Amino acid sequence: MAEKGKTKEFKWQRKHLLGLRELTAEEITYILDTAQGFEEISARAVKKAPPLRGKLVVNLFFEDSTRTRNSFALAANRLSADVVEFTKKDSSVSKGETLLDTARNLEAMGIDIVVIRHNAGGAPTLLSKCINACVVNAGDGYCEHPTQGLLDVFTIRKRKGSLKGLKIAIVGDISHSRVARSDMWAMTKLGAEVTFVGPPTLMPPKVEQLPVKISYSLDDVIEKVDVINMLRIQFERLGGNPFPSVREYSHYFGLTVERMKRAKPDIIVMHPGPINRGLEIESEVADGKNSVILQQVTNGVTVRMAVLFLVNQAAAEKQAEAQNG
Amino acid sequence: MANKAKKLMGDELLIKNGHVIDPANRINRKCDVLIADEKFVEVGRVRKPVANVIDATGKLVVPGLIDIHVHFREPGDEEEETIASGSAAAVAGGFTSVVCMPNTTPPIEDETDVEYVHRKARKARKTHVYTMGSITKGREGVELAEMGFMSQAGAVGFTDDGSGVQDASVMLRALKYAQMFNVVIAQHCQDDKIAGKGVMNSGYYSTILGLPGLDPLAEEAMLWRDIQLVKKIKAGTVRYHAQHISTAGSVELIRAAKKLGLPVTCEVTPHHLLLTEKCCAEYDTNYKVNPPLRTEKDIEALKEAIANGLVDALVTDHAPHLQSEKELEFLAAPFGLIGLECALPLYIKSLIEPGILDWPGLIRLMAEKPAKIIGVDKGTMSKGKQADVTIIDPNAEYKIDVNTFRSKSKNCPYNGWTVKGRVEKTIVGGEIRFSAESCPP
Amino acid sequence: MKVLLNAKQIDSILNKLTSRIIADIPEGVEIAVIGIRSRGEIVAQRLAKRLSEKIGSDIPCGTLDITLYRDDLNSPKSGSQPRVRTTEITFDIDDKLIILVDDVLHTGRSARAAMDALIDLGRPKAIRLAVLVDRAGREFPIQADYAGYKADAKPEKLVQVFLKESDNKEQVIVE
Repeated sequence: MAEKGKTKEFKWQRKHLLGLRELTAEEITYILDTAQGFEEISARAVKKAPPLRGKLVVNLFFEDSTRTRNSFALAANRLSADVVEFTKKDSSVSKGETLLDTARNLEAMGIDIVVIRHNAGGAPTLLSKCINACVVNAGDGYCEHPTQGLLDVFTIRKRKGSLKGLKIAIVGDISHSRVARSDMWAMTKLGAEVTFVGPPTLMPPKVEQLPVKISYSLDDVIEKVDVINMLRIQFERLGGNPFPSVREYSHYFGLTVERMKRAKPDIIVMHPGPINRGLEIESEVADGKNSVILQQVTNGVTVRMAVLFLVNQAAAEKQAEAQNG
Repeated sequence: MANKAKKLMGDELLIKNGHVIDPANRINRKCDVLIADEKFVEVGRVRKPVANVIDATGKLVVPGLIDIHVHFREPGDEEEETIASGSAAAVAGGFTSVVCMPNTTPPIEDETDVEYVHRKARKARKTHVYTMGSITKGREGVELAEMGFMSQAGAVGFTDDGSGVQDASVMLRALKYAQMFNVVIAQHCQDDKIAGKGVMNSGYYSTILGLPGLDPLAEEAMLWRDIQLVKKIKAGTVRYHAQHISTAGSVELIRAAKKLGLPVTCEVTPHHLLLTEKCCAEYDTNYKVNPPLRTEKDIEALKEAIANGLVDALVTDHAPHLQSEKELEFLAAPFGLIGLECALPLYIKSLIEPGILDWPGLIRLMAEKPAKIIGVDKGTMSKGKQADVTIIDPNAEYKIDVNTFRSKSKNCPYNGWTVKGRVEKTIVGGEIRFSAESCPP
Repeated sequence: MKVLLNAKQIDSILNKLTSRIIADIPEGVEIAVIGIRSRGEIVAQRLAKRLSEKIGSDIPCGTLDITLYRDDLNSPKSGSQPRVRTTEITFDIDDKLIILVDDVLHTGRSARAAMDALIDLGRPKAIRLAVLVDRAGREFPIQADYAGYKADAKPEKLVQVFLKESDNKEQVIVE
C-alpha cells in the first residue's frame, strides 16, 4: 500500500494536543484538512470507521461538561475506539488522589488516549510529561480549549473558504475564557484579524501584548466584522462583580436583533455553547440565518475525530521508531 | 563529645594565608585569622605557632554568612524539613546564622515556641538558629501575639510571613508596640484583596498560560501603606523591614522611604534576581514562589537598587516542600523553593559576575547588614566577637546537584546549573561545622 | 527502469476494459464506478466517461479514500505518513453493481480495505475489481475481474503508473 510519487510532505508529529499556541499554521491547516476526510463518516448509514479499533480512550473530566465529553465520546466511537468515562467532579487536590496518581492508575489499565478537562491551566501539560498515553486537552482552566478553537476555524473555513483577512470579534469574558485564547491562536495564525470585545474588567492582564485588537464597545465593531463569536458568560468563573448587572452587560455586549441590523449581511454568528439566551445573545439571533451554532456542534465531532486519529498516528509512529531503534 | 575532645587538644584555630574580607572593619587583604575560646583574637599577620591550622591560600575568609529568611518547617511539617536538616543545609551553604520564619504549624507565637526552636537548634549543633515570632496570634492578622515574652525568649523580630498583615490598624499597633523591645517588624507585603488567587506574576505569561496572576500592585500597595504607617510613628525606635521585595515599583517605594530617612530596610532573594515569569511557561512548579517570579525589568530594578545601596540584606527564603506536593497542578502546588545550599554561588552569578557588587559589597549584604536588621552582634570579625567564619573558594566551578543537598526537600529550580564559588568551610563559634573535603558535594 | 506501457497502449487497454465491463453488465442492473485514491480515481473517471459514452447514459463515478481502512495504521513503516483525504461518493451505492477501480493490483490489501470501506457505505449488488495493471505479489486472496495488463515484475520492483492528470505524463514503468 505504499504511496506512490513520494514528495517531501508535511508529517504530523504530535502525540499530544495540549494547545493551539504551540502549533504552526501548517499544523492547524493539516488538522482541518484531515478533518474534512472525516466529515463524510457522520453522514453515512454506518457512522463508523475502523482506524482506532482496539484503542482505549479515557474521558478524564474534572469539570462538568456534557457537551464536550459527549462530542469526544462520539468522535472516539465513530473511529471504533472504546471509551471509558472517568468523571471526577471535585478535582480539589488537597484531598484524595492527585492528578498524577489518577493518571498512573488509568495507564495501568492500558489506555491509549486521555482526553482531559481540568480546572487548572496546564494540567494536560503536567499529564503529558508523566504518562505514555496520548493526551488531548479538552479545556484546562482558562488556558486553552484547542478542539473548540479548531472546530471554530473549521466552521469559518467551510463558510468563507479561508480565514485570511477576515475580521473576527470575540465578545465577552475574555479574561476567564479558554475558548477566546484558543480561538485567538488559531484564527490569527491562519491570517484573520481578531478583536477582543468586552468590558475592561473582563480583559486579562497585558492583553495588549496579545496578537489582537481590543475594544470596549460592541457597537464600534459590529459593522466591521465578518465573524462574531459570542462567549458564554460563565457565572461560576466570574470573581467579584466585573460588571454591575446582567441587564447592563446585555445592554452593552449582548448580540441583539437591533445590533444585527448594522452587521454585514453575511456575518457568521458563533457561540461555543451552552447559550444563555437573552444574555449574551438574543434567541432570534442564535437561531437566525447567520448563526452557525449547530454546525459548530456537528463540526466538533468531526474535528475531534481528526485529532484523535492524528495523535494516535503520531504515537504509533513514535512507537515504531523506538522499536526499530 | 568528639567536639569537646577537640577543644581540649588546643582551643586555638588559625586560618592562614586567606584573603580576608571584613567590610565592617574595612579589611580586604591577604592575612591570617586567629580564633581562641570561640572568639576572634586577631586578624592580621599571626606568627606564633598554633596547633590547629587551616591553610586558606587562594580562598576568601569572610564573616559567617547570615540568612534572615528561612523556613525550617518545624514544628508541623518535619517531612519537608527539620531544624536539624535545615541547619545542616545552612552550614553547607556557608551560613553560620539563620532566622526561621514563624509560619510553622502551629505558628511560633509565644515564648515556649521560641525556646522549642532554640532547643532543637542546640541539639542539631550546626548553625546558629534564630527565629522570628508571629506578629499576630495564629498569624490571623487580628490580635497581636505576645511580642514581649517572645523577644525575651530570644525572638529577633516579628512577621506573619506567608501572608501580610492585612488590617492597617493592626499593623500600626504592631509597629508601635514593638518599639518597647527594639525589635524589627518584618512584612511579607501582599494585599490579599488585590492578590486574589494568583499563582504567578500577573502579566503576559499568566494570561497565555491561563493562570490567575499576582499583581505587582499587591506587593506595592502594602509596602506603600506600611511606609505611611512608619512615617506616622516617626520618632522612637520603630524598625520596619520589607521581606523579599520583587518589583521595580517596590524599589521606588524603598528609595523614597530611605530618602526621607525612615527606618525602613529590605531584602532580596536570588530567584528574584535570576529567574523571570517566563520560567513558568512549562508549568514547572519549582518556579512557583511567592512573591512570584517577575520580569526582566524588575530584575534590572532590583539589581540597580542593590548597586545603589538600597537593599540591606540578601536572603534565600529557603522554602522546602515535598516532591509529591510539587508534582501537583501549578494551580494547586504550594509556593516556595529551596536555596540555602546554592545561594552563595547564585549571588556570585547574579551580582559579582556582572559587576553589580564587589566581594566586600556582597559580604556586607550577606553578613554585616542582616545582623544589624535582626539586632545581633554578628556579621564582623572584630576582636572579641563570636568566631563565625565562612571560607570560600571563589573560583571553584561545579554543577548544582540537588541530590547532594542536606535539605530534606529537593524543590530547587537551579538543579543542573553550572556555577562558580564553593563554600569550603563553615566555622560556627570557632568550631568547624562544615568542611567541603569531608562532605563532598 | 523499463517502460511497460506508453500513452497509446494505456488508451487501448482502457478501451478494452470498457468493452469487457459492458459485456458483463446483466440486464436491468445499474452500475457505478468508484476509484481508489489517488490514481485509481483518475482511471475510474476515464472508465466512467468511456462507459457513459458507450452506454449512452451517465454512469456515476465516485472516489474512495481508504486511509481509515488500512491495515497498517498501527504498525506504520517509516517514510510517508498516511494522509486522510475525502471520500466523495455522492450517489447511493445500494443495489448497484460497483466497478471498483485501482491503478495497480499488487498485494491486494488496498482492494481489501476498499471493500470494507464500501460495505460501510451501503450494500451494493456486487463489487467487481478493475485494474490497469495486475502484477505479481498478492498477499490476500483477491483477484481482478478486469485486469488491463499483466506485469511480470519481481517482488522488489516497483510498478508505477503515471497519468497526465496528476503527473503530466502518461506511462507505466517498472523500476
